[in-house]
Amino acid sequence: MNLTLTEILFFVLSAITIISGALVIFSRNPVYSVLYLIVTFFAIAGHYILLNAQFLAAVHVIVYAGAIMVLFLFVIMMLNLNETTEPKTALWSKFAAVIAGLTFLPLLVGALKTSEAVVMTQPQNSDIGLVKTLGQVLFTDYLVPFELSSVLFLSAMVGAVLLGKKSTEETN
Amino acid sequence: MTTLIMTSGFDWWPYILVVILFLISLGVAAYATYAERKVAAFLQDRLGPNRAGPFGILQPIADGVKMFMKEEIIPNVSNKTLFILGPAIAMLTALLTGAVIPWGPDVVVDGKVYRLQVTDVNIGVLYLLGVVSIGVYGIMIGGWASNNKYALLGALRASSQMISYEVAMGVSIVTLIMFTGTLSTAEIAQQQHGFWADGYFTWNFFKNPLVFLIFFICALAETNRTPFDLPECETELVGGYHTEYSSMKLGFYLFAEYVNMFISSAVISLFFFGGYNFPFMDQIDNQLLVSLIGVGVMFAKTVFFIFVFMWIRWTIPRFRYDQLMNLGWKVLIPLSLVNLAITGLVMYFTGNLE
Repeated sequence: MNLTLTEILFFVLSAITIISGALVIFSRNPVYSVLYLIVTFFAIAGHYILLNAQFLAAVHVIVYAGAIMVLFLFVIMMLNLNETTEPKTALWSKFAAVIAGLTFLPLLVGALKTSEAVVMTQPQNSDIGLVKTLGQVLFTDYLVPFELSSVLFLSAMVGAVLLGKKSTEETN
Repeated sequence: MTTLIMTSGFDWWPYILVVILFLISLGVAAYATYAERKVAAFLQDRLGPNRAGPFGILQPIADGVKMFMKEEIIPNVSNKTLFILGPAIAMLTALLTGAVIPWGPDVVVDGKVYRLQVTDVNIGVLYLLGVVSIGVYGIMIGGWASNNKYALLGALRASSQMISYEVAMGVSIVTLIMFTGTLSTAEIAQQQHGFWADGYFTWNFFKNPLVFLIFFICALAETNRTPFDLPECETELVGGYHTEYSSMKLGFYLFAEYVNMFISSAVISLFFFGGYNFPFMDQIDNQLLVSLIGVGVMFAKTVFFIFVFMWIRWTIPRFRYDQLMNLGWKVLIPLSLVNLAITGLVMYFTGNLE
């Protein structure tokens, strides 16, 4: 089997994505889980680059790996979870968790059954993920949702500043 | 730009450039430690290092040898893998950013074009932001893995500080992108060609000085330099996130800070002070000479901003933690948003908006 460089990269990245994704669940230490999730995000960013969607890759790294996961790690480090402080879970809640998890299985099997076989393509020359294309689509076809979500984010940020302001006034 | 001549065989130049850049980054960082001590000595009316070689010029080598020779101590209760991973990530992310910075105009020797930029990705500015936002993991992981309360507090401070200042930095970069109209670092450099064109300065600093101010303050915070060096505030936290570190692992953390400072200074001079462009560059006929002077100018600007970083460190006292957060959230973010809005309006009314 002759693999091109893109295909080799694809398989390596896929392996990293799946293995680190599994390790997120199987790690006992929550800090490790977060770190594996960051690795997963990087691998997915790599997939975006393979699809020539550099903007998405960069934004994915900045937003998910650079901001959201830092906050996750921040909270987990602050809680300082380790085996001695971990609360004992009751047996029935473990059973309940297993059953709740298993209900997802039919959905997964159903989705896999109906899906078509994947054909590997070479999306080398696609411009769909470049900044210019993305910007044109966002500011023409999807202008209203885009503007609404930006207002939402801005108001969230202003809200955070406001919350900070309130607490300092109370202490004064 | 498309005149890149494809010679037969593999193009080794970008890889050679990576190695050169790596060595220069480390060299500049090493001599930045020396310069820092000399600047501090000057500002405090002392002599500074003057024993190793003439004017103490060999001091960085002596320091490096000392760092390597010291005993490596990994605390017994620490998380060993992450303890080693911490400084490694700090150093890695510090060295990654240099790849998208154009260090000079293209050098043409015997018809072959040598680009002084490792890669010109069309999202260069976002790449810089991305790598900067990853940089905090080195400090966080190292601080947590030390299993030491002071180190953990330092790590938490570092992460909250970096996230807070990344917002203002991001908005100021958005403003910059708005009036440059490109995400490519090479294009940003080209737009600032020369010094004076069409009746106004070409350098971005003169077009919007406030962006520079916000960006510069955020760069100070991102590199954990005084007055924002709370993660390693020795009066409160012993040594901050690197309390438990010794030998070259500590050296990597300290070194990463200086590499970051070098790269930040390079980015500031690229974004706002014309990068490799200098006044009257069109008056020189020799293209090679322009390129060489360009590289020199780029490094001169960078070194100047490294000096400003040091100047600030030894002049301004450290912020208190609430002052730091107030400045970030209540001053810089509103200021950068207002600046963004005003820049947009000005562009709209002067017809610079397409």
